[in-house]
Amino acid sequence: MTKILETLSQLGTRILAILEFAGFTISVLAEVIFHLKNFWFSRKVIIRQMYNAGVRTFIVVSIVALFTGMILALQSGIELMEFGLEEQVGNLVISTLSREMAPFVASIILIAAVGSAMAAEIGTMKVSEELDALEIMSINSIKFLVMPRVVALAIMLPVATIYSNILGVVGGAIVAKSHLNVSYANFYLHVLQSLHFKAVYVGLFKSFVFGLLIASVCCAKGLRASNGALGVGKVTRDSVVVSFLLVLIIGYFITEMFYREGL
Amino acid sequence: MIELIDIYKKFGDLDILKGISFSIKKGETFVIIGMSGTGKTVSLKHISGLLEPDEGQVLINGVEMSRASAKVKKDLRQKMGVVFQSGALINWLTVRENVALPLKEVGKFSLEEIYKIVDDKLRLLRLSGARDKMPSEISGGMKKRAGLARVLVRNPEIILYDEPTSGLDPLMSNIISDLIRQMQNDFGVTSVVVTHDMNSAYHIADRIAVLYEGEIIQCDSPEKIKNTDNPIVRQFVNGNINGPIRVN
Repeated sequence: MTKILETLSQLGTRILAILEFAGFTISVLAEVIFHLKNFWFSRKVIIRQMYNAGVRTFIVVSIVALFTGMILALQSGIELMEFGLEEQVGNLVISTLSREMAPFVASIILIAAVGSAMAAEIGTMKVSEELDALEIMSINSIKFLVMPRVVALAIMLPVATIYSNILGVVGGAIVAKSHLNVSYANFYLHVLQSLHFKAVYVGLFKSFVFGLLIASVCCAKGLRASNGALGVGKVTRDSVVVSFLLVLIIGYFITEMFYREGL
Repeated sequence: MIELIDIYKKFGDLDILKGISFSIKKGETFVIIGMSGTGKTVSLKHISGLLEPDEGQVLINGVEMSRASAKVKKDLRQKMGVVFQSGALINWLTVRENVALPLKEVGKFSLEEIYKIVDDKLRLLRLSGARDKMPSEISGGMKKRAGLARVLVRNPEIILYDEPTSGLDPLMSNIISDLIRQMQNDFGVTSVVVTHDMNSAYHIADRIAVLYEGEIIQCDSPEKIKNTDNPIVRQFVNGNINGPIRVN
């Protein structure tokens, strides 16, 4: 009985900690929105963060997006060939990419490459008293550190999504031509036929929301770092796990919201 | 004037401060000494408002810093600077940009005025050569001095120093100690210094408080601390291994 009560108590403590962190992240995001009025003053930092999120992840986004398109084309093409419908592969590639895969792939890469770095950087600043120094100088950490990062990722994730869509289609076309014997012209014709405006704007909306979420969660985790290098490692790992889960869960609900009544 | 009245602070089950009280007059240099982990930095963080006491009050010029609103804290901190142990420089800004940061945030000065003030302070602290370097490219001592320059550009009335001479060579340590004295003599700055460096403490202090196991066991002039009858204080200031202090 004591063991059960102890387990329940630990579970309750854990749930409370999750809820408390969720509340903290929401308050960080709300403060970011409040400080958007300082957007112009922080433009240099925002541009530097956009460079980190975009240019520095360019190669890995390119490779992952290209191969995602190639895998999609190959897997769906093999099935379609069974029915003699391999010419339709372009429809499947663009539908899957634009609605789900491109925002998802871009998010995963940016969580790993950028979000984790945000948590580690802010976490290190926290444990080395840099955030205390900012507070003493009456410099708001959210305005100075978090707002530029959130804005940068909210802009760069949709850009990475568009880029992933394009590279994914290119990858799909290469496989369609080489393995399924579908001409480039035919492939692109089907891509354009199935490229729904709704799929594009829902995909971009998703990636914008993911950008806000990933940056807010990772920065909030960094702001909560303690206990030296060990603590920084912990918040970095936690930020990646939480961001990844949120992308999956929130991604589902956005899809459900927009596609409840079909295309 | 700075007053700490009956401050208690716990971290988890650990009692860090057990009812410490002292007051520091305007223009005084007050040094806190004690073994590591006795609550010296915690006391400093209470004065700067970075930590809230569990019980007790911190008053800065008669205004309560503990449990104050963000606006009150901001107003009180306008007159205050903290020199952190590690320098606490922002790692993606150059030394010059770091020192300029508080002035840029105020928004009262032109860029030209800001850099003139900054370069003066960097010269004072013998950091002109490191002006355009990143924090990762300079030594620990230089980081500390850059942190001090960042405080000095704001002309604060109160400066809190956390181990200002640790990690510095004896010459630089003396330069910093002289500078702390100079701030008091020339500008009437009130200083609170946490240190282990007894030479520096004797040189700069008007009064020295000895913190032991979360309590102040003696608070006197440097001369009286030097010639104390208290066996714990005597053991600490002389660095004797044998005595009532048990080192775990």
